[in-house]
Amino acid sequence: MSHSDDHHHHEHPTGHSHGMYDVDPTHEHPPQPDIEDSALTRFQLTQMAVEELLVEKGILTPDEMRAQLERMDALSPAQGARLVARAWVDEAFRTRLIDNSQTAAAELGLDIGPMPILVMENTPEVHNVIVCTLCSCYPRYLLGFPPDWYKSRSYRSRVVREPRAVLTEFGTGLADGVRIRVHDSNADMRYMVLPMRPAGTDGMDEEALAALVTRDCMIGVTLPRAA
Amino acid sequence: MTNPVFATGDTVRVKALFPPGHVRTPFYCRGKRGRVERVIGPYPNPEQLAYGERAPDALVLYRVTFPQGELWDDYEGDSSDVLELELYETWLEQDEDIA
Repeated sequence: MSHSDDHHHHEHPTGHSHGMYDVDPTHEHPPQPDIEDSALTRFQLTQMAVEELLVEKGILTPDEMRAQLERMDALSPAQGARLVARAWVDEAFRTRLIDNSQTAAAELGLDIGPMPILVMENTPEVHNVIVCTLCSCYPRYLLGFPPDWYKSRSYRSRVVREPRAVLTEFGTGLADGVRIRVHDSNADMRYMVLPMRPAGTDGMDEEALAALVTRDCMIGVTLPRAA
Repeated sequence: MTNPVFATGDTVRVKALFPPGHVRTPFYCRGKRGRVERVIGPYPNPEQLAYGERAPDALVLYRVTFPQGELWDDYEGDSSDVLELELYETWLEQDEDIA
């Protein structure tokens, strides 16, 4: 959803203002579309029908559905960032995280869901980047909803064949001799990049470190930077 | 049929098949040669799952590493760059080793 859908917000031609003395009370605003203005798609209708049936048959209550949506909305990259920060300060945890992210995350009280998430570690020699060329598979339990660009055809088709050009567009330059591993999550695994701890972060505690870990550096298109 | 046929390090070629329907083998890797990065284990066949099959076959899933130069003739990055993805055993056949 774009910013302009979220708010009542309209473009005014230059010089048009809502100041107290110069408003023409008859001036027109373009109508703000309501979500019901376009016809429902087949899949929206199917979803509504299934939802009603689940409630009618007593399989789920509306409250349970609302609560699940709230849980999904609350997922965010902060969870992945906690794992990364812990891995940066605790070598043994780093090994366990790469070995099995599900059980490692559970140590921090995080449930990363039913899909295995493989943690790919950046090193001075290797940089990892993640994509799903077939659709938009993403480690949602760890990072929340994927950004729109991750689902775009242009990212999906380009990062597999010209990853260096794509990284450059994200402002990410890799040192000479760094090998790129692109991971296409085309099937049953999900992926997260474990970035390298940036220089200049000595003495920072885990919470401060976690604040440096962004969504994009766990997808692998950027690198974390000391603020 | 869930004993893996291939092992980590084996060189495999993705079958150059173009069946209709829902498959999870991207076009860009078909007919290409890579190396088994790891054996993941059995997963339900997505080509049956997609059509509502309630008891799909279990297929061994592998992660396969492809040198980027194998996938794209005009690849411009470093010759050591790779792409890795997941492939079900039915799509793979043994091949001669990659240099």
